[in-house]
Amino acid sequence: MKLIDIKDCSKVYKNGVTGLAGLDLEIDKGEFVFIIGQTASGKSTLIKLLYREEKPTKGTVIVGGINVAKLRNSKVYKLRRKLGVVFQDFKLLPKLTVYENVAFGLETLGLKASEIKPKVLDSLERVGLKDKIRVFPSQLSGGEQQRVCIARAIVNNPRLLICDEPTGNLDPETSKEIMDVIESINRDLGTTVIMATHDKEIVNRMKKRVITIENGVKVGDKMKGSYRVHESN
Amino acid sequence: MRAIRILFRSIRDAFKSVFRNFSLSIASIICITITLILVAISLVLSSNVNHFTASIEKELTIVVYLSNDIDSNKEKDIENQIRNMSSFESLVFKSKDEWKKEMQESLGELDSILEDMEDNPLFDSLLVKVKNVSDLSATTDKISEIDGVYSATYGKDSVDQMISIFRVIEKVALVIVIALIVVTAFLISNTIRLAIYARRSEIEIMRLVGTSNIAIKLPFEFEGLFLGILGSIIPVLLTIYAYILTYDFFDGHIFSHMIELVSPNELLFFISIILVIIGGVVGMLGSHHAVRKYLKI
Repeated sequence: MKLIDIKDCSKVYKNGVTGLAGLDLEIDKGEFVFIIGQTASGKSTLIKLLYREEKPTKGTVIVGGINVAKLRNSKVYKLRRKLGVVFQDFKLLPKLTVYENVAFGLETLGLKASEIKPKVLDSLERVGLKDKIRVFPSQLSGGEQQRVCIARAIVNNPRLLICDEPTGNLDPETSKEIMDVIESINRDLGTTVIMATHDKEIVNRMKKRVITIENGVKVGDKMKGSYRVHESN
Repeated sequence: MRAIRILFRSIRDAFKSVFRNFSLSIASIICITITLILVAISLVLSSNVNHFTASIEKELTIVVYLSNDIDSNKEKDIENQIRNMSSFESLVFKSKDEWKKEMQESLGELDSILEDMEDNPLFDSLLVKVKNVSDLSATTDKISEIDGVYSATYGKDSVDQMISIFRVIEKVALVIVIALIVVTAFLISNTIRLAIYARRSEIEIMRLVGTSNIAIKLPFEFEGLFLGILGSIIPVLLTIYAYILTYDFFDGHIFSHMIELVSPNELLFFISIILVIIGGVVGMLGSHHAVRKYLKI
């Protein structure tokens, strides 16, 4: 069953740079997909379109039944509540504790504290940070901050987890730990994972679906793929 | 219920944020405090200037001299005609004997001359006050035309000049107050904007985790409101203390008894409310506009 359906999608930025050119892509529920490509290939544009940080210039991008192209700025939150996003630079709120960072999204939904607490603790337990709930992000290591970011992304049980270079700032050992957490979320919770990455070792080791983008065009889409450019089915 | 929970969460987060972003909060509060002190000073000065001009204007009187050949019925008739005028405020009868006595007391040299006169050469008169000083001239003209009135005067040239000077002073005071309030609003709003600019990444993250625009804006708006109110506390206390001290020091009057100061009870409550409202509302609106910029609405 399709979770993401992208048809003839192009994105041209105001400065004339082409991000994507006529991309077609379908991703089913529960899949784990790597998006790879060189710098400025268009993979970040694709990721940004999925959580509606950018709008396509042409074509349709449907995520969980929502047509992203037609979504107004003031309604973007409705899409983002259905998905979780993990970033390379973590994007945690520095003045909030680990618990408050993870609970933040749920609190803004107006949930009761008694509903929020078990969800946040479950989520932090999954990423192995239940004992650091009162700590501020600046007191954590890079890997721990990324775990908080993952806990925040999955706390509302999203159908889709979007990861934009989540291991970009981490050493290989910590990257492996983070990937294990993300893989367990995909396996245990059935959450669809889409990850843009440059990390060849991770892509080659995990043997998941790999979509290669170059100059805004999909040049490869392979099940159990590996990190090679210009690879096609 | 959810909306109420979001509202309470916003108030709680705003409080937290004031303390967790302590240095930014203190910078904002100091800026608000300084600008509101300037507003307080201008409000105190302009209120006293207005009070002074209004009290002088209240004393302006038309002196109506009655002809010496009219009887008491005619006198009553003239009084009634004046009382029926739309601009009429109050009226006092002053007999020629009272005038004579007053002149003898104040003009020592004339005392003996007036004493020697068999008949009192002065006129019975009516001292008329009007509701609005702008009606002085027209009312004097109308009274002059009444049969039995010898003459009516209000010291036209000097009074007209004084009134026009008062009007200019009042207008200048008003312009200064409004200009200061506008500048204050701009400064407070800009300070809050700068504080929010430093936290724009927070807004970006809030958007990324699916927070609705209203749920992002509310805590910032409450924070602006709290900072504005906190920034108005020192100006309010300072104004109350300094004004009462000044009022007591001068015993309510400056330059002997010429300029009467507005009583503290009347003035300070009004100024305190104005300062708190300016601080709070401008702080809140400043936050509202600053956050809007980062919400991409």
